[in-house]
Amino acid sequence: MPRIEFTPNIQRHVACPPMTVAGTTVAEVLASAFADNPRARAYVLDDQGALRKHMIIFVDGVAIADRTALSDAVGENAVVYVFQSLSGG
Amino acid sequence: MQILVATRKGLFRFERTKPAHWRIATAEFLGDNVSMVLDDARSGITYAALDHGHFGVKLHRCSKGTWEEIAAPAYPPKPEGLEEKDMWGRPLPWSTVRVWALETGGRDEPGTLWCGTIPGGLFKSTDNGSSWQIMKSLWEHPKRRQWMGGGADLPGLHSVLIDPRNSKHVTIAVSTGGIWHTEDGGETWAQRGEGMRADHVPPELTHDPIAQDVHCLAQCQSDPERMWVQHHNGIFVSSDRGRTFTEIKDVRPSVFGFAVVAHPKEPGTAWFVPEIKDEKRIPVDGRLVVNRTRDGGRTFETLTEGLPQSHAYDVVYRHSLALDESGEVLAFGSTTGGLWVSENAGDSWSCLTHTLPPVYCVRFAAA
Repeated sequence: MPRIEFTPNIQRHVACPPMTVAGTTVAEVLASAFADNPRARAYVLDDQGALRKHMIIFVDGVAIADRTALSDAVGENAVVYVFQSLSGG
Repeated sequence: MQILVATRKGLFRFERTKPAHWRIATAEFLGDNVSMVLDDARSGITYAALDHGHFGVKLHRCSKGTWEEIAAPAYPPKPEGLEEKDMWGRPLPWSTVRVWALETGGRDEPGTLWCGTIPGGLFKSTDNGSSWQIMKSLWEHPKRRQWMGGGADLPGLHSVLIDPRNSKHVTIAVSTGGIWHTEDGGETWAQRGEGMRADHVPPELTHDPIAQDVHCLAQCQSDPERMWVQHHNGIFVSSDRGRTFTEIKDVRPSVFGFAVVAHPKEPGTAWFVPEIKDEKRIPVDGRLVVNRTRDGGRTFETLTEGLPQSHAYDVVYRHSLALDESGEVLAFGSTTGGLWVSENAGDSWSCLTHTLPPVYCVRFAAA
């Protein structure tokens, strides 16, 4: 199963420990992560479910291309990093 | 009595220890961008809107000294296939970009709050902010799509006024989009604001109420027919609850500014903080002053005692000038971190500090 990790900076607002989650796309992986942590969703995604402007997600070191539908594929052993961009501070 | 000061780097509570003496009692959310603060005198609850650059807009509620994060206003799903662009042709975000107005409902509506946002959505809560509903009647109004950026890149709803005689009578103002009014609690909305003038649009739109860049709208509590507008193009006053406005010209040192507050009992009295229009946006001649009228705008006094009169470059944003319920105590904060208080209706001022972060909102609260 993929593993997901969140930026340390989000932790002071809402705890997001690393976890293994189900899913084959970024959208599915995030949905799994937020299922037990619903408050974290609005810190990463906007009102329409798109990635927030100043957030960035890497799958195995590659920034995702689809920031709206989050359709980028996630492999079975992939590592998904949810970071903040340098912009937006 | 307290003064709540929302700043780019935290929320500060100033406590009045004795006449003309104030001290910082608490500093909360240090390091975070607090865009708005509200004290609800009906419940004793304080609300703070935070704008985390990366993590979005959040709302927090403080009851009996304990803060908790509550729901932030969220836009409904954007209909499939709907294309809506901002003034640069980019997709207009159906997402809360900033909380730009936060007000309590009427005294007969405990728990009711109103929230204005960028990009223009108006939200209502009836449970002290635990949940929010967008005012669909306004967001789906066909003319809403003519709203444009002004004070921010995207349309912003910055003023919400509840008529003290009837809580269903609500007036809002948008930068840019003019003034809108409902008499049925938000079921239907109508544009108001005839008589205002915009010189940043072609001549055929100059007097179009929807083209008006209202910077701030204020209402007299004892005479709600009296409204004041600090507009991009000057100062306007209404005697019919915003249906029509009269422009007030030739006010020294400037008619430009962002903030206005209306005396709660004297409909002829209001205060403004003038700046140089409009590309510069600094005090005229580096002198920080407050303008006061007591005769409905026929004349103005320029109040300077206690305010810096040389090389002052303080800008006072639209929510950063506050007046208490008595109409005697005023406070304002500036972009350069100054905070001044007057306990004699502006005749003289005391600087409480000039080292705050940039100030976004100032409110009075009960101790």
